[in-house]
Amino acid sequence: MTYDSKPFRLLENKEIADGIFSWTVENRELAPLAKCGQFVNVKVPSRVLRRPISICDADESTLRLVFQVKGEGTRLMSEMKSGDEVELLAPLGHGFEIEEGKRYCFVGGGIGVPPLLFAAKQCKNPMVITGFRNKDLVILQDDFKSIGAETYLATDDGSAGIHGFVTDVLKEHLGEIDAVCACGPTPMLKAVAEVCKGKVECQVSLEERMGCGIGACLVCSCKTKENDGVHMTQVCRRGPVYKAEEVFFGG
Amino acid sequence: MADLSVSICGVDFKNPLIAASGTFGFGREFAELYPLSELGGISSKGITLEPRDGNPTPRIAEGESSILNAVGLQNPGVDHFIENDLDWLKAQNTVVIANIAGNTAEDYCTMAEKLSDTSVDMIELNISCPNVKCGGVQFGTQPSSVASITSEVKKHCKKPLIVKLSPNVTDIAEIARAAESAGADAISMINTLTGMRIDINTARPIIRNNTGGMSGPAVFPVAVRMVWQVANAVKIPIIGMGGISKWQDAVEMLMAGASALQIGTVLFNDPYAPVKINEGLNRFLDEKGMTSVTQLTGAVQPW
Repeated sequence: MTYDSKPFRLLENKEIADGIFSWTVENRELAPLAKCGQFVNVKVPSRVLRRPISICDADESTLRLVFQVKGEGTRLMSEMKSGDEVELLAPLGHGFEIEEGKRYCFVGGGIGVPPLLFAAKQCKNPMVITGFRNKDLVILQDDFKSIGAETYLATDDGSAGIHGFVTDVLKEHLGEIDAVCACGPTPMLKAVAEVCKGKVECQVSLEERMGCGIGACLVCSCKTKENDGVHMTQVCRRGPVYKAEEVFFGG
Repeated sequence: MADLSVSICGVDFKNPLIAASGTFGFGREFAELYPLSELGGISSKGITLEPRDGNPTPRIAEGESSILNAVGLQNPGVDHFIENDLDWLKAQNTVVIANIAGNTAEDYCTMAEKLSDTSVDMIELNISCPNVKCGGVQFGTQPSSVASITSEVKKHCKKPLIVKLSPNVTDIAEIARAAESAGADAISMINTLTGMRIDINTARPIIRNNTGGMSGPAVFPVAVRMVWQVANAVKIPIIGMGGISKWQDAVEMLMAGASALQIGTVLFNDPYAPVKINEGLNRFLDEKGMTSVTQLTGAVQPW
């Protein structure tokens, strides 16, 4: 078994920034299976579709899920109480591949930052560059510091950290790293991939509206370049993490 | 334990629940959750003569108790299905239905011919896909075109032929009669209702195709009504679908006149739904003292 749908116990639901919530959920069978960069599909009462949420952190019994309230489903999730039972299809997708002996830089934008925490924990001496629209949306800085990461913060309006984009910071430090893992809005991923191209390897985690979450319904397809040609692949199964050179950005 | 088995056109299903085309791929992803032998059958993802990439994304949106999709028949093509998926599917101990869609009548006939020489149990003629520019629903909304495509394909088809109907028509009974008179062995219904959602902040449709096919619990009453109307109009068996999400819905759809059922959208909410629905059906039949699920078909007593 690689994934299953099971009830989890919601141990904590905390608003960690404006409209951004952190869940800790417990299931001793499924939590230990989680790998960095994977996600879960959350069953939300009264909604037909589950909500795909990236895994921010995991241990032997719990998963941490950090999500932003974007619509009705995530609003309902934000109102759930500790002690509630929530059904998750987990863990799903193909995550980040972390190789020993390489220095990784994790580049995240906005609500794309959470899965990078679990990934950075797998590495020695990680560098983490995160960007947000403004100071009210900054998340997980203490978490990254507590695992010993070298952190850089940027905001679009300069209200926290440096005034600028994550790619500005990345360009300055490219010589200090071997590989990049990125998650965030598509324009950011495209810009990060361009900075890395021909210099350091780059993995990107994509986002797409999903149906089944396991690769059957073909709702979340993207065109992918692989060794044997161009294929449609499912972001929920072949992804969400791809090598940057496999992805057609904006295509 | 009541007998859940049903027989459609001489094909035996161990229970009346069939995974609906387009929600179940070719089965492999769900087989990681439970044995596919739990299902009466599987209707494959819509297959075309040549591989198709489908529509641009986003391909899905949500409504109250419903979803819209516009995948656009992404699939690896009929030859790839026969070479790579069919043997595996057949080994899962469940009925395998190949759902086919074409741009032209010739496409449908060529695929029916190819599949007739395989181990596929039945062929489902998809003339009701609302999400592709040519083919699909253009064959399915006029009685004359339904009759003509059905009789053409029948000439090339050695397997029982199910014609899948679109609900986006004025008189579904007339369409069903046209399919029956042209030689359809069974009818499956309903495909999705055409719908649309708009993001009010960007004024853009949520689905890149602008419109999509609506499914889920919200369409269930429409599906029950249409199945009932068609059951009163034709003698061939009906495979009922459209918003079935719990065992009570399954009972209701059978009572409306369906001989078997397809379930699709609910799988996104609960991949284990077929297992749970079969359990509920069994309990209901026991409680009512019924020995076979076939006793439910057409059991409605209309006012």
